[in-house]
Amino acid sequence: MSGLALNSVTKEFGTFTAVNNVELTVPHGTFVCMLGPSGCGKTTLLRMIAGLDLPTGGGIRLDGEDITRVPTHKRNLGMVFQSLALFPHLTVGENIAYPLRIRSAPKEDQKKRVDELLSMVHLSGYADRPVSKLSGGQRQRVAIARALAISPKLFLLDEPLSALDAKLREAMQVELRQLQQQLGITTIVVTHDQREAMTMADTVVVMNGGEIRQAASPIEIYRRPADTFVADFIGSTNLLEAEADGTGRVSVLGQPVAGISLGPNVRKATLSIRPEDVHLTAPGNGALSGTVTFVRDLGGTIETFVDVAGHQVVAVSTPRARPDVSVGQPVGVVLLPDVCVVLAK
Amino acid sequence: MRREAPHRLADYGPLFFPAMMLIVFFVVPFATMIAVSFFQRQQGGFYVPAFELANYQRFLSLFFANVLGFSLMLAIAVAVCCVVLAVPFTYLLTRMARKVQVVWLVALLSVLSLSEVIIGFAWSTLFSRTAGITNLLVMAGLMSEAKALLPSFGAVLTGMVYQAFPYTVLVLYPALVRLDPTLTEAARTLGASPVKAFFTVVVPALRNTITATLIMVFIFALGSYLLPQILGRPQHWTLSVLITDQAIYQSNMPFAAAMAVFLVLVTLGLVALTVIAGRKGEAA
Repeated sequence: MSGLALNSVTKEFGTFTAVNNVELTVPHGTFVCMLGPSGCGKTTLLRMIAGLDLPTGGGIRLDGEDITRVPTHKRNLGMVFQSLALFPHLTVGENIAYPLRIRSAPKEDQKKRVDELLSMVHLSGYADRPVSKLSGGQRQRVAIARALAISPKLFLLDEPLSALDAKLREAMQVELRQLQQQLGITTIVVTHDQREAMTMADTVVVMNGGEIRQAASPIEIYRRPADTFVADFIGSTNLLEAEADGTGRVSVLGQPVAGISLGPNVRKATLSIRPEDVHLTAPGNGALSGTVTFVRDLGGTIETFVDVAGHQVVAVSTPRARPDVSVGQPVGVVLLPDVCVVLAK
Repeated sequence: MRREAPHRLADYGPLFFPAMMLIVFFVVPFATMIAVSFFQRQQGGFYVPAFELANYQRFLSLFFANVLGFSLMLAIAVAVCCVVLAVPFTYLLTRMARKVQVVWLVALLSVLSLSEVIIGFAWSTLFSRTAGITNLLVMAGLMSEAKALLPSFGAVLTGMVYQAFPYTVLVLYPALVRLDPTLTEAARTLGASPVKAFFTVVVPALRNTITATLIMVFIFALGSYLLPQILGRPQHWTLSVLITDQAIYQSNMPFAAAMAVFLVLVTLGLVALTVIAGRKGEAA
């Protein structure tokens, strides 16, 4: 099979399991974002793919070949580090030419390739500058160009944009995605920024506690989270306790709700509903009844906080669909069945 | 913290103490030495103020040129050996666990507490025929009979490298600890084997530190006068040995001072050359 395959990859540091039995296949040419809170094992997993750490269990295959024990320098990959790790004693051009020089490529080929890469990352004419004279965004581009110099089979990035300011970061996300699509290179990015993951990835891999919680397209992760962790970690959501009685009638936060099914033989579950899917109406008519506790008007969006039986439910709406509510007013919270995701407890 | 240029005399106050120390313990003795180098020697063993160049003239002979040449060559050899050994050693040391590093550093520091005399006699025992390391080789069946490894150039070099090695490590250590470990990892992901990464990234990135260390060990080794006498033959004696000999045993202070001044000038010249060469390399 063409692409990267992780088979029950495990990494233990003493008694601590950093990565636990990870199974993942990355088809050739896809862009994968590994997303999770710090300490979830995503960087360790990336380092094992790069060969900088060895797994204590399981195997890694690239294009059908077992690379679990292949030393890093024989894997022909490109990696961008969080610190960028540009070589301070070399110029921009020499940095980019480093992987070619190590492979003893002819001088004229090196120069040609460096010019190609510099124009690809919009830094033509910067070859002779010392890296210390570059701005953060420019260093980023140099690090990317250097990693791509040998047209690697695998392009790995460890929190590549975390040092940039917000505006530049968003621009680089788009640029990185376009570059990846243009080159058709299998790419794995580790990030803790979900916007970054949603912007760039074909597949988002959500990790927590050394395990993969869900691996799917960004929209599916958002719309169909696999569990409460994913639902809560990606975007913001309302997690509501739901119960079913013997006849299948469902109540949420102790109030009966029509049209929602928890599935066969499930008595207790958690409902996830995105704030933009929560509708506020007049009390009654089968809606959950609650009281408005706070309204946050951000101009572009309006967040309404509603207290339902001691639980806080947040509804987000646009100014055009502004709910006609004020603090202290009783409201009805409508849970539409097709936007509620039922998650196992 | 605000940084302002000092305005009043009192603003220079904090500099007073270090300046005094420097004047009393460095400028005055050094100036005295330069002055004495022009004085005239009395046969009785002392000297009278004068201004003559005889001391320097006497120095301009093939014999002293040879000694000076050998001294410089020995100091360079010691500096190169120390740096070649210490850079990989310190690099590996900084990658070890904290506890291991502490043990090594304490061991190296304890070598510094040994006096030159002890180091000299310890090595002269180790290199001797009767009790030396060749006896171990004989026991291991690698040699047919024990032999003395001293006096010889190798023995002098070994003793001096042993003495200078801890200094070298201690000077290199901070720079290597600060070196970003992802630099070597990046080199490996870009296709360099660990050894290649060491030579193409670690060594060049530390070029200035390595140059500074070479100069430091070179100067340190230039001043050594005991080890060449204990471990070497007379032809392995350095200029420092001759200076000691003139100053203490021949009681010829003016000549000793002249040699010392000359040694300082040659040393400064070499250091300046190294620095200029380093700058050129950086600009290229």
